Amino acid sequence: MTPRRRRMTLVALIVLGVGAATAFALTAFQDNLLYFYSPSDVSAGKAPADRVFRVGGMVPEGSFTREPGSLEAHFVLTDYAHNVKVSYTGVLPDLFREGQGVIARGRMGADGVFVAEEVLAKHDENYMPPEVADSLKKQHQKPPADGPLPTT
Amino acid sequence: MAAELGHFALILAFCLALPQAFFGLMGAHWRRPHWIALANRAVAGQWVFTLFSFACLSYVFYQNDFSVLYVAQNSNSELPTFYRFAAVWGAHEGSLLLWLLVQATWALGVAAFSGNMPQQMTSRVLGVLGLISAGFALFILMTSNPFLRLWPAAPDGRDLNPLLQDPALAIHPPMLYIGYVGFSVPFAFAVAAMLEGKLDSLWARWVRPWATVAWMFLTCGIALGSWWAYYELGWGGWWFWDPVENASFMPWLIGTALIHSLAVTEKRGLFKSWTLLLSITAFSLSLLGTFLVRSGVIESVHAFASDPGRGLFILSFLGVCVGGALALYAWRAPLFRSNAGFAAVSRESFLLFNNMLLVGATIVILLGTTYPMFMDAFGLDKVSVGPPYFEAMFLVPMLPMVFLLAPGMHAAWKKASFDSTKKILGLLLGVAIVLALAVSVGAYGWNSVMTVVGLTAAFWVAGAALVDPISRWRNGHSLPASIIGMSVAHFGLALFIIGATTVESYKEETDLSLKPGQTTEHAGFEFTMTKVEDVDGPNYQAVQSEVVITRDGEQVAVVHPQKRVYRVQKNAMTEAGIDAHWNRDLFVAMGEPLGEDAWSLRLQYKPMVRFIWLGAAVMALGGLIAICDRRYRKRVTVDEGAAAAAGAKTA
Amino acid sequence: MLKYLLPVGLFAVLVGFLYFGLGRDKETLPSPLIGKAAPVFELTRLDDPGKTFSNSEFAGKPYVLNVWGSWCVGCRQEHGALLEIARRGEVPIVGLNYNDERQAALNWLEQLGNPYVVSAFDGEGRVGIDWGVYGAPETFLVDANGKVIKKHVAPITVEIWEQEFVPLLAQAKAGSP
Repeated sequence: MTPRRRRMTLVALIVLGVGAATAFALTAFQDNLLYFYSPSDVSAGKAPADRVFRVGGMVPEGSFTREPGSLEAHFVLTDYAHNVKVSYTGVLPDLFREGQGVIARGRMGADGVFVAEEVLAKHDENYMPPEVADSLKKQHQKPPADGPLPTT
Repeated sequence: MAAELGHFALILAFCLALPQAFFGLMGAHWRRPHWIALANRAVAGQWVFTLFSFACLSYVFYQNDFSVLYVAQNSNSELPTFYRFAAVWGAHEGSLLLWLLVQATWALGVAAFSGNMPQQMTSRVLGVLGLISAGFALFILMTSNPFLRLWPAAPDGRDLNPLLQDPALAIHPPMLYIGYVGFSVPFAFAVAAMLEGKLDSLWARWVRPWATVAWMFLTCGIALGSWWAYYELGWGGWWFWDPVENASFMPWLIGTALIHSLAVTEKRGLFKSWTLLLSITAFSLSLLGTFLVRSGVIESVHAFASDPGRGLFILSFLGVCVGGALALYAWRAPLFRSNAGFAAVSRESFLLFNNMLLVGATIVILLGTTYPMFMDAFGLDKVSVGPPYFEAMFLVPMLPMVFLLAPGMHAAWKKASFDSTKKILGLLLGVAIVLALAVSVGAYGWNSVMTVVGLTAAFWVAGAALVDPISRWRNGHSLPASIIGMSVAHFGLALFIIGATTVESYKEETDLSLKPGQTTEHAGFEFTMTKVEDVDGPNYQAVQSEVVITRDGEQVAVVHPQKRVYRVQKNAMTEAGIDAHWNRDLFVAMGEPLGEDAWSLRLQYKPMVRFIWLGAAVMALGGLIAICDRRYRKRVTVDEGAAAAAGAKTA
Repeated sequence: MLKYLLPVGLFAVLVGFLYFGLGRDKETLPSPLIGKAAPVFELTRLDDPGKTFSNSEFAGKPYVLNVWGSWCVGCRQEHGALLEIARRGEVPIVGLNYNDERQAALNWLEQLGNPYVVSAFDGEGRVGIDWGVYGAPETFLVDANGKVIKKHVAPITVEIWEQEFVPLLAQAKAGSP
């Protein structure tokens, strides 16, 4: 091969490699994008049924339940307009508390209960996950009277 | 009083950074030796005042002076003394002051160890460093002053974030900052070379040790951070692809590329403009990392200070520094074209591939880290990019890189034939495959092809790294520190890969509920919870359980995981109980009480996890050995320097 | 030549994006409550667990609700400003003592002075949730019709008070239709 042809081959190989890597990257990217939905989006049926996504909101007081001795926990996420029921089996983060904003990652179960694979809460009592803050911002509605929130 | 003194010293440090920049750059430009001397003095003065300012802040922390807002926010009278010092950089304001101190110290180092460099070069470098210092000092004074008073004074402080009350995290930020800021030195060298319009092999020789030291500290800093996340965040992961981690990893990857590209520039006078670009990029990514972490553009599990005002300042600063340097690059880089050629198979090619693949990996991470932000900026969907993307995509460039490493280490400059090393490399590859199969299939059981591939690469690199030192030693050839350093660092990489591959392939973890007296079996060990009791710490209360771990009836270890509640911030914290062994960790973390005396526990078996941090430490050690090479200490006279430069050109 | 300009071009694009990212305002978190009726609460008084206080007592009158806690450094920072605002007497300030312990809160008021006409004790933060409190300190302005017309997150200063609250006071007194 002449040096010129050799160089061309090399360039072609590199282009091919980069192209394949990019294609792979885009696929991996698409598969691993996690979309965020607010409880209202979920209630409106905007969330996908067949893939993992994240949902965030406040955990209202009194919504957390757990069978004694069991790892399975149930709680509600709310943006003060709509609620999503969540179930999670495992160890909850240290800062998980009622009255806190949390994000859950998982998928929607057939019975309308969101099955979380992971629950995130932030290590700061003044912190609100930005997605949760944003979705609260969008909800210019009063907490529904029959909602889970105690209205005294 | 101390707070005011510290504030005043900080203002003085800022005032000295300006003449350092001006006299440094203009003194070199107009060739005025006494201006250059002034710049040198400004460096010393700036360092003294920054150190004094930092000492004042430490002192107010030590004194528990809660009339200082920053102290009231980040300390408490019950906080142990050691953490009162660590609390100085426990939040945004103080960590920036630390950044400034480190910056001043690097400048002092450049001024002190520049005996073998022409005065003009040193002066320009110090000038650029002065500009950066001035920017940061102004940033602190304008947006993040740690010396502000709180009136009325708080009776007690809000306490240091309990997550940060840990020895590893106390030294993690300084290490990381020494690394980040250290890349400002190659950056300054690059700008100086572009201003001067001259870049030769000697320049590369001056920059190399600085780049290596910065890289070394960054390596240690990242490893410490990973270690801390492993045992302190409580969940036993060692890398989360969190934006904050990515922000420190990207400059590391580019820094690694820079070290290798500098080798080519020094030995062969090639890749000059590429080396310049990497020098600029490494520091830019350090600044960008700070920007991402500090401004709240990207939120993450441990971004603590978010404030758009600060973000705007850092962004402007980034624009001026990096934009300026890149504009200078566009103007000057065409000057540095080199004509020397090299064959398709040569050390130059291998290093070129190394660089391209490292940059590719950086792009992968940059894309995954910033993509959610772009989507958000355009008001599109709220997304985040999950760890599986990073895990899969990172391997695409890294796997070929590791496999090219073994032959690359043995390739000759200009044109490599591998005649003498073909045999031994082939043999080592064979041994590596056998070993990998033995370890994966024999010891742990079949997992996946990737496990075998990863282990093969690691064993091959480890073997290949040792070939050169051993043969030189046996044949009685000289063994320069730079060769030992390179071999040690590559060996460290191999250790890291062994650790990462094994733990990711064979870790076993489970969440379960356990009562005192109950036993459970996990990964071949029996875990018995013997008791749960309350214990008191200096500033926290904890529930501690005792878990006895046995294997086939024989006791292996007793661990004491805790659930702490810090009295002031009322944060619950998980302290994992870890039994560390060279080839595995057993990890027990307490979740929450489940009622009827039962607790949720997370049990993990982590084979070879220690090799991850050991590998990083060995890599850093390699860097340390490499900078001890004699040629960096030799004083080069102007004639010799010119001769070396000429030699590189003709070579 | 072009290839040398590429880095600076790419960088310019990146800075542009970052600037956009930054432009998204995270400071102002408009409360879902703005323009809506303030949630009514009835809690025990901070100074006397035996007595209760309800914000319905302010029906027909504007008031400021300030969310505070003795654990909160930002509250300490704004305390001087609150005392000054209280001294001016333009509008009564109601304290909502949030997620706190009663004794600690009382000590704080004794030490630093009490700007509040009354403080309600919300030890578990339940009312805070009704009001959509993200974190103390937060300050709400409620008009004569019981509507929330202004919310400020983060410590308040006399300047912020004069610039953002005082112009709304006339409207607050009249009560928006």
